[in-house]
Amino acid sequence: MTLAHLPALVVVVPLLAAPLAVLLRRSSAAWAIASAACAFSFAAALLLAAEVAAQGPISYHLGSWPPPWGIEYRVDALSAFVLVLVSGIGTLTALYAWRSIAAELPRDQLYLYYAMHCLCVAGLLGMTITGDAFNLFVFMEIASLSSYVLIALGRDRRALLAAYQYLILGTIGATFYVIGVGLLYLATGTLNIADLAERLPQAASPRAVLAALAFITVGVSLKLALFPLHFWLPNAYAYAPSAVTAFLAATATKVSVYVLLRFYFGIFGLQLVTELLPMREILLALSLVAILTASLVALWQADLKRLFAYSSVAQIGYITLGISMASHDGLTAAVVHLFNHGITKGALFLLIGGIALRARGASLECARGLGRSMPLTSLGVVIAGLSLIGVPGTAGFVSKWYLVLGAIEAGSWWLVAFVVATSLIAAAYVWRFVEAAYLSAPGARTPEPGETPATMLVPAWILVAACVGFGLQTSWSVGTAQRAAALLLGGAP
Amino acid sequence: MSVLGHYSYWITVILMVAGLYIVIARGNLIKKLIGLSIFQTSVYLLYIAPGKLIGGTAPIVADGFKVYSNPLPHVLILTAIVVGVATLALGLAIVVRIREAYGSIEEDEILAADRDSGAGA
Repeated sequence: MTLAHLPALVVVVPLLAAPLAVLLRRSSAAWAIASAACAFSFAAALLLAAEVAAQGPISYHLGSWPPPWGIEYRVDALSAFVLVLVSGIGTLTALYAWRSIAAELPRDQLYLYYAMHCLCVAGLLGMTITGDAFNLFVFMEIASLSSYVLIALGRDRRALLAAYQYLILGTIGATFYVIGVGLLYLATGTLNIADLAERLPQAASPRAVLAALAFITVGVSLKLALFPLHFWLPNAYAYAPSAVTAFLAATATKVSVYVLLRFYFGIFGLQLVTELLPMREILLALSLVAILTASLVALWQADLKRLFAYSSVAQIGYITLGISMASHDGLTAAVVHLFNHGITKGALFLLIGGIALRARGASLECARGLGRSMPLTSLGVVIAGLSLIGVPGTAGFVSKWYLVLGAIEAGSWWLVAFVVATSLIAAAYVWRFVEAAYLSAPGARTPEPGETPATMLVPAWILVAACVGFGLQTSWSVGTAQRAAALLLGGAP
Repeated sequence: MSVLGHYSYWITVILMVAGLYIVIARGNLIKKLIGLSIFQTSVYLLYIAPGKLIGGTAPIVADGFKVYSNPLPHVLILTAIVVGVATLALGLAIVVRIREAYGSIEEDEILAADRDSGAGA
């Protein structure tokens, strides 16, 4: 009986955990309840994913109102995949925060962090699971508002400005999205995603649909930090508390990519998207520029958090590159990279949080001689870095492999060369860490020998192990991504 | 006639562009938030205005009334208004914190303060 309500519970439990954490106030109680709620969502997401794999998509009617009148929660191969990623990372970062956030915030404010973390997890899960375009906007704002607060918790005063800038741009993005949804509603009279997909081809005014496509594209691109709309991202990631950076980097932009996929392939359909606007060419061009410039900018960063923040912009470029191919292999690459990059970046930022805790900073100077003083942390960064580059045997390789397959299928050999060449730039910026950690003598800012605390190291290493695990054993991640790609290309979900 | 007949759309577009312009052109953090609010408000109008049918009544089933206004946009926009209020409140709270930390709410002065402290460190 309760199992039938899992699609609702996966969102509602972390949503209710947030006010509970505020009422309990004690930081240990808040931590326990946040971790337990996220772990529940993770378990529920795994169960849902197993059920979807066995029996096909699940449609859950909130309050028993059937769609298109009521709000529908819909779990299919793609959304189950993203649910697992978000709830899994949410659980690990909640556990990690016990030591990490306690070192960065005053004791009496800790419960607020856990409340915001739960809200953000609930918002992102809700964005993923909902089958209603306006409901998605509400969850988007829940996730965004809580992430502005999370970023503003950073110790540096520049965190406040970063949060403010993200608030302005994020709100413009969400408002653009809601304008687009409004135009779609005016054109079709429905908000249910599946219903929209059905009615859109008969829409009376193609111009309203064109405007909706443009508004939604720009709005969601702001949220997913598609070049050149990425300016909020490096500052937000650099000045937020470490646990927040890891969580947002691994999930927030990925869920926005998921929304873009849903709208392009689930609602508008590939034919309409390419007919109304040259969207594939635009995405291709922006992705190429994103990968190239952000990778090059990352090369010149002195701060590890900023370095990997710019690398995130570049990696999102790979995902949108896969979307622009709009072929089976291209979409597989996009979906699997969404997951693989999530765990890779999560691992990297969790480990950098350990360095920041021990060295009271995350500049490359702090990393000098780190191979000796923090061997496990440094080794983790190197392995996750290899996954970022796309070395065979790591998760990053799998996604680049499908990207290259997609490029070959499209017959664009220059794209293959481009993917390989830009991976070399990634190798260059990861090498800067290796050089500092293993080939430099300890400097004035190198921390005393001693590892990251175990409660932080274990979550980080679980993700590092996942980077290697999903590089060697690809049947689940690639299998799900291929099913998701087939689903997206097959028209309405 | 048709240009004037669409006057609610014209108001929507003017509010939308004006709000967005304020966000981009003004350096004062409070003014930016006001612009953002105007921008969001234009969306409320975009949703609500088409819900009204000329001659339509409130959507209550009764004898003698055949044309009803669409209530759904009102419900959606109630939610959107709550979101807008929350965003404005959070934005203002952050501006208060920024003023405590920097002693200013002018964007260029804050950026200059960061550049100076960055050069000094």
